[in-house]
Amino acid sequence: MTMHSSTPVLTINNLSLEFPAYKNNVKALNGVSLHVNPGEIVGVVGESGSGKSVTAMLTMRLLPERSYRITEGSLSMLNRDMLAASEKELLQIRGRDAAMIFQEPMTALNPTRRIGRQMLDVIIHHQKISASDARQKAIALLRDMHIASPEQVLESYPFELSGGMRQRVMIALAFSCEPQLLIADEPTTALDVTVQRQVLLLLREKARQKGTAILLITHDMALVSQFCDRVYVMYTGAVVEQGCTNEVMGNPQHPYTQGLLSGLPEMVEPGHPLMTIPGQVPNLASLPVGCTFEERCPHSMPVCAKRPNLVSINGNDQRKSACWLPVKELS
Amino acid sequence: MAFLTLLRKRLFGLVLVVFGVSLITFAISHLIPGDPARLIAGDRASDALVAGIRHQLGLDLPLYHQYGRYLIDLMHGDLGTSIRTSRPVLEDLQAFFPATLELALVALALAILVGVPLGVLSAVYHNRAIDQIARTLAVTGISTPAFWLGLGAIVLFYGHLGWLPGGGRLSEGLAPPPTISGFYLIDSLLAGDVNLFLDALEHLILPAATLGFVTLGVVARQIRSAMLDQLSEDYIRTARAYGLSKWTVILRHALPNALIPSVTVLGLTLGDLLYGAVLTETVFAWPGMGAYVVKSIQSLDFPAVMGFAILVSFIYVLLNMAIDLLYRVIDPRIGEVN
Amino acid sequence: MSATLTASRRPRWSEKLAYLAYQIRRSPLTMAGLAITFIVLLCMVFAPWLASHAPNALNLAERLAPPSAEHWFGTDEVGRDLFSRVLFGSQQSVGVGLFVAFASCFIGGLLGCFSGVIGGRFDALIMRLMDIMLSVPSLVLIMALAAALGASLFNAMLAITLVRIPSYVRLARGQALSIRQMGYVKAAQTFGAGRWHMVHWHVARNAMPPLLVQLSLDIGSAILMASALGFIGLGAQQPTAEWGAMVATGRNYILDNWWYSTFPGLAILITATGFNLLGDGVRDLLDPRQQGK
Repeated sequence: MTMHSSTPVLTINNLSLEFPAYKNNVKALNGVSLHVNPGEIVGVVGESGSGKSVTAMLTMRLLPERSYRITEGSLSMLNRDMLAASEKELLQIRGRDAAMIFQEPMTALNPTRRIGRQMLDVIIHHQKISASDARQKAIALLRDMHIASPEQVLESYPFELSGGMRQRVMIALAFSCEPQLLIADEPTTALDVTVQRQVLLLLREKARQKGTAILLITHDMALVSQFCDRVYVMYTGAVVEQGCTNEVMGNPQHPYTQGLLSGLPEMVEPGHPLMTIPGQVPNLASLPVGCTFEERCPHSMPVCAKRPNLVSINGNDQRKSACWLPVKELS
Repeated sequence: MAFLTLLRKRLFGLVLVVFGVSLITFAISHLIPGDPARLIAGDRASDALVAGIRHQLGLDLPLYHQYGRYLIDLMHGDLGTSIRTSRPVLEDLQAFFPATLELALVALALAILVGVPLGVLSAVYHNRAIDQIARTLAVTGISTPAFWLGLGAIVLFYGHLGWLPGGGRLSEGLAPPPTISGFYLIDSLLAGDVNLFLDALEHLILPAATLGFVTLGVVARQIRSAMLDQLSEDYIRTARAYGLSKWTVILRHALPNALIPSVTVLGLTLGDLLYGAVLTETVFAWPGMGAYVVKSIQSLDFPAVMGFAILVSFIYVLLNMAIDLLYRVIDPRIGEVN
Repeated sequence: MSATLTASRRPRWSEKLAYLAYQIRRSPLTMAGLAITFIVLLCMVFAPWLASHAPNALNLAERLAPPSAEHWFGTDEVGRDLFSRVLFGSQQSVGVGLFVAFASCFIGGLLGCFSGVIGGRFDALIMRLMDIMLSVPSLVLIMALAAALGASLFNAMLAITLVRIPSYVRLARGQALSIRQMGYVKAAQTFGAGRWHMVHWHVARNAMPPLLVQLSLDIGSAILMASALGFIGLGAQQPTAEWGAMVATGRNYILDNWWYSTFPGLAILITATGFNLLGDGVRDLLDPRQQGK
């Protein structure tokens, strides 16, 4: 686990965002703070509606401009205030300084254009090299991703490749301009289980090689435990727990994290039942005033009517949890 | 599905349709109250004369026999004889077809030229002011009765302003160019006669603009719909995520993909224009198939009307076929076993 | 992203209506369509009271008079007040449009549902027939039919209705086929639901939305088609006021008497626009894209 003490590549500070809607606004993010240091792999885990995808899309301002409103907080990537960045700046940043890969490799590429054409478009846009140089680069990138016949892939249309293959192409594209941050929004959810692991191993291998930091968005705790250095657990648009993966997985403090972990076959003793978290995620348009997890929490107390803050555990500033319960030590 | 199989299927469909249409038109023409033989012979003709004509036309034969003869004639390309012009209907239609086609093509070109940008803008600025204006324009376009608009155009540009002629394909006294394509615009240029070209153009402007106006709405709406579909697709998000500028993405990625499904609609629009020209030609005294049909209807010239119906259906289905085949060429995904 | 109504309970009618009103308010074009349609329908129903003169009252002294305070739209060649004729004309054109749209939707929808549910040879035959009818350009077929049957309002309505049935049949059948596959229908079948029950309860009800959308979009073009027929001389005959026919007659006098063809044509334009805008609005409302993507 490499930790650099230089400036983080991504800093989100107390960010709140809402989507204006019919009666009440949908509060998608409520005071989210997170950061990613150079070269590290950070996981953001949560269910749908937790705000993790919104966070990812927001880092590169990919949300439709007029559909949302930032009510407080800041977001800066590589020392640039992303919320205030101009369109011109964004065109440079996207794909070059930071890159993003998405969940659905099946639809992420233009179906009527060949792969080569699409890769070259991006490479030439950012690097201003000749077409033949760009093509060589593309071939090298694909080979680097352990793709056996890159020339053939360049000539193919997306529908001619498998899901796993397409995701490799996407990863190759992501690394094409040597970005410092790669945001991966559920990159393996749509893939077969066997392929999932391959793709993530590839991702990690390349990231370590090139010193790229990764922000991995997922709902899958098992993936996080295997691939991430640090993790943030999100629920209803806020971070409820964060810390080094080992610590969070080994000694989860927040009942939500505990609930997520107890649903994993790997974490449960043979013979014990797998738990599910009862109830449903509350409506983001009408969040309760107190702790948003309270109605589903097995340990709810009267004090939970007041929303808990994210507090450090045992003085460790990197290890936090948002719960009124006293710190649970490992037995 | 393999190309040949598709072709065979389509041809079979074509035959079936023409067969069906002939059945329908035959049935309709026998719905007419009154006696066609008497209509031709005239009120004062003797009964013997009428009977003779009836025999000549085969009207005294049983229905299925008549239909059989009708079908056989059709297969020989004989669409009957027009009561009004006394010429074979096919000949009449062939004479008037190029005029209609020229008008339809120019109108379609205008509709596309204005409609596509309108549709793109509408989609890109979805629900904003531009979209509302463009949509209003499009809806107004498709809600406008072409015959009324044409009339208004004549009154304004001919009656009041005198800028453009009020009807016909060429001015009085001018002879048409030697027929090569049947299109005056092309033929006059081929003959090197610039004045003739300009005159033909002048006459083409108003009717084509009228037809084009009522059609651009259809084009704009189709493009808007197709663009909205494409713009919400994931690959657009990918392109944006990699730094491609908004308009690059719109014009080089979204629009081509939006045009593919739109080809069907655009092609059918051409078919619609061919018969939609019917009323416009009447208003502009444009010597095309449409004007011919209207006159035929008004004089109850049924062979002519039925002949027109069959011919246009045939063209329509042929057009459909062509579009289907074109689709396979432009969309790399078709033909794959999915 | 639009917020959905609270997930946990079914919204009441009043809530649904309020949401509907909200969505309509957000679209000025739909509101315009609604307003225009409403006004036109008012004219149709209250023509006898709104008209300033009797529509067929001759007044040869005031032939071809330009618009004035007395005759808002001027008069025609036999002195009839055009304003009143336009008002009464709405009953012909709009009436035909509405009748045609609803009739073809109803008949076509029913036929399509049955065809889809019964399947087999019957279905194949119907679909062939519909395909054929759809291949013939409708305007020509309508004109031919109307001319063959004789020029009258009823025949015009009949002709247009017949020609419009196939698209509803296709639509309904497509819906019927996909609904037939759905889980809840198969479940009903295992409980012994008969065919008629299936058609009525499940298929017809769930096939409705696309049919209604098509219907609302069709009214406008039905009105245009009716007036096109009137223009040629098929459809309602003199002395009944009909917009298309009025434009046609006015054509003879158009160069010196601009008002004659102008106002009826304008009426067609405005009416068709109103219905089309409304139809668009209905379609957008029911379009899955609008609802919370």
